[in-house]
Amino acid sequence: MENDILEKEAAIIDALREEISGNYGNDRGCMIPILQRVQNALSYLPRDAIAMVAAHLGVPVSEVYGVATFYNQFRFNPPGRYPVKVCMGTACHVKGGDIILENFERRLEIKEGETTPDREFSIERVACVGCCALAPVALIGDEVHGHMAPSKVEGLFSRIQIQKEIEERKKNESGN
Amino acid sequence: MNPGTKENIAAQLERLREEAFRRQDQLRRSPLPKIHIGLATCGIAAGALETKAAFEQTLAERNIEAHVHTVGCLGHCYAEPVVIIEHPESGFPPIFYHEVSPGKAKMLTKMFIEGGDPRFEHVYGATEVNDMIPSVMDFSRFNLEKRVIMDKCGKIDPDDIYEYIAEGGYTALAKALQKPRRQIVEEIKASGLRGRGGAGFPTGVKWEMALEAAHDEKIVICNADEGDPGAYMDRTLLESNPHQVLEGLMICALAVGAQEALFYVRAEYPLAVKTLGRAIQQAQELNLLGEGILGSAFDLKVEIFEGSGAFVCGEETGLIQSVEGYRGMPRHRPPYPVQKGLNDRPTVINNVKTLALVPPIVTRGSAWFRGIGTEGSPGTAVFSVVGDVVHAGLVEIPMGVTLRTLIFDICGGIPNQKGFKAVQIGGPSGGCLPESFLDTPIDFDSLTEAGAMMGSGGMVVMDEDTCVVNVSRYFLDFTQKESCGKCTFCRIGTRHMLRILDRLTCGTALEDDLDLLSKLAKEIKAGSLCGLGKTAPNPVLTSLKYFRDEYEAHLTEGRCPGMMCRPLTAFYIDLDACARGCDACAIVCPTDAIFTTSTRKKGIDQSLCVKCAECVVACPPEYDAVRKVSPASLAPIIERPDKPVSEDDEDAATGGTPPEPGEGGA
Repeated sequence: MENDILEKEAAIIDALREEISGNYGNDRGCMIPILQRVQNALSYLPRDAIAMVAAHLGVPVSEVYGVATFYNQFRFNPPGRYPVKVCMGTACHVKGGDIILENFERRLEIKEGETTPDREFSIERVACVGCCALAPVALIGDEVHGHMAPSKVEGLFSRIQIQKEIEERKKNESGN
Repeated sequence: MNPGTKENIAAQLERLREEAFRRQDQLRRSPLPKIHIGLATCGIAAGALETKAAFEQTLAERNIEAHVHTVGCLGHCYAEPVVIIEHPESGFPPIFYHEVSPGKAKMLTKMFIEGGDPRFEHVYGATEVNDMIPSVMDFSRFNLEKRVIMDKCGKIDPDDIYEYIAEGGYTALAKALQKPRRQIVEEIKASGLRGRGGAGFPTGVKWEMALEAAHDEKIVICNADEGDPGAYMDRTLLESNPHQVLEGLMICALAVGAQEALFYVRAEYPLAVKTLGRAIQQAQELNLLGEGILGSAFDLKVEIFEGSGAFVCGEETGLIQSVEGYRGMPRHRPPYPVQKGLNDRPTVINNVKTLALVPPIVTRGSAWFRGIGTEGSPGTAVFSVVGDVVHAGLVEIPMGVTLRTLIFDICGGIPNQKGFKAVQIGGPSGGCLPESFLDTPIDFDSLTEAGAMMGSGGMVVMDEDTCVVNVSRYFLDFTQKESCGKCTFCRIGTRHMLRILDRLTCGTALEDDLDLLSKLAKEIKAGSLCGLGKTAPNPVLTSLKYFRDEYEAHLTEGRCPGMMCRPLTAFYIDLDACARGCDACAIVCPTDAIFTTSTRKKGIDQSLCVKCAECVVACPPEYDAVRKVSPASLAPIIERPDKPVSEDDEDAATGGTPPEPGEGGA
């Protein structure tokens, strides 16, 4: 999965290589800011991008992996078009956040940290999103959905489906 | 410092203040209605942006002039989105409205701002004492708090430095600039301020050590790597009043003689990073940062480092490793960071709240600060109280207030007439205290004595339906994942503890598991280098001490008293209560575990059930037929018919077999 990067992504990595050699130094302290920049542009760290960072800093690829895998922020799978994030903060746990996570996993047939093969959905567990009064909470993209329940999971997917259909229709109309 | 500079500093600040007052007066004296909306992350999550848009849209549609003023967070999370409307012309005092949805916003614009009717049924309270509307100050959630750290949160616009200056901001910096370094350090020492990051190390002593360190290039770091799940006071503070923290950081740098400062903020807090970045930029524009601050000889460069999310980086040496570009593994101390820290330079690391307390101390003096709180822990503390409480949110209280006052008086107690079971203080490093400890005063020493700790200030209140074992497992699962892996005891020990807790919550525990658990816990505490490992077993140790009977119920009976551990509970449908032909539960079941029995009632297939409790919610209250039991073996077995009952069969069943006695016809 890590190997099949898209052409578009390869182009971004090339552009990033330029940008990074121009804007960042090559001392060790720059590693995390550079990785953050790369992830910002690509939404994840593909193997080629890690190799590029390692070349820039003049350290082995394994060193970069070592640092990147240590931190929760970095991900190595491309996120889906609709990234699902389930809050696993304390309040959400007490109110059954794990049940919500399970429902998403069951519905999408992937585990947390994975992306559906069509790259439409991905599931992640996140630390407290800070709206404990709405627990349990899940996010789809940046949209927060509070007081989650298993039946609401189903409802959210129907909503996304409807939105997609509307977009499709609009696209077709504007095309005509 | 020559006296000419002193005057210069005061004069420069005075100019800024005049400008700030001029701007403030424009807003304050304006006869137009003012709508203050809290727009921190928690407000936005509750829909404050939509509320704001609804206000703006309705105002535009109806051609009403009003100021829409964005502020930070007031800490009243239970009431978000919070809106305060000032409408001088209506004759009413400023009014606090809670849970303002876009619809409510539209209605308030029409009825109150346009029509002058404050809609009493929606009013939470007036923000000041008056004769017309009860004031929010009559509520203990408001009047028992003492706000020093969060004093200006929710009152000022975090994106406008002038609003902070108008409220007295940066006077502490100007005052400090006119003092010798040693005197500032002495003042902080005299105040008895202790680090609010959790450990409670005296801040003044730390500063003194840094001041005395012989090195030309010192650095100060604000630790905003708030990793504790369920604690968000640092984020709220940075989003609601970044300048107070920035001012504290500047005074710290001034006092220890540093020319560089760094904010270590979690990348997961995008709004905090943005707000802080803007605050730094604004301070630079006004010569409050950079070279020759306020005309003095003090130079300071402030940068933001976005932390990538590792709990262990809250530990000072781990944080430094991370800034240097390595895995955030803590190293041995001494040498302490104040002697040899980032790039071997003396480094002072202070928590966000500690720094936010510095400007008020410098302005009002150490004696004033000592007057708040207790002898050993002066000042106030901020807690994020979440879980089973009525008024969840951020609460700032003077140290020494008891847990009972905080939970029952300020936060309104337990909702739904449930009983109190325990309170978990200090997150993954803290402990779980039972009811008998409710009269413990909240301060560094009393909490440590009780086996919990102040920690970063996360507080989870649990009602009688919560399983202490399960919550301890949750925290240990967290620390086990966050262990950096350096010390064997922490890396492997926490994993084994987690396995034992997994067994307990699944009902497969072995006889001597509890002894093994406490033995491991003690060894991990002794064998770990940093605070993470030393405190990771605390949730388990305290709950094992105070709630041993619950552990034993899990172990010996396979019973979860809080009915929270899913493998130990079961749902079943009470056939006496279930209504014939009703499909409410079967429709919502995500795993199709609910089937129709031969009597056209419902049964649950235990092998498919995931215990999500959706059927409990779906079952109409007049039947209320779904029961939950623990241990799981208590659920009666209802056989699933071999062949699913089809529509035709059902018709045949109604016509053919007579209804069971006592249950009436369908």
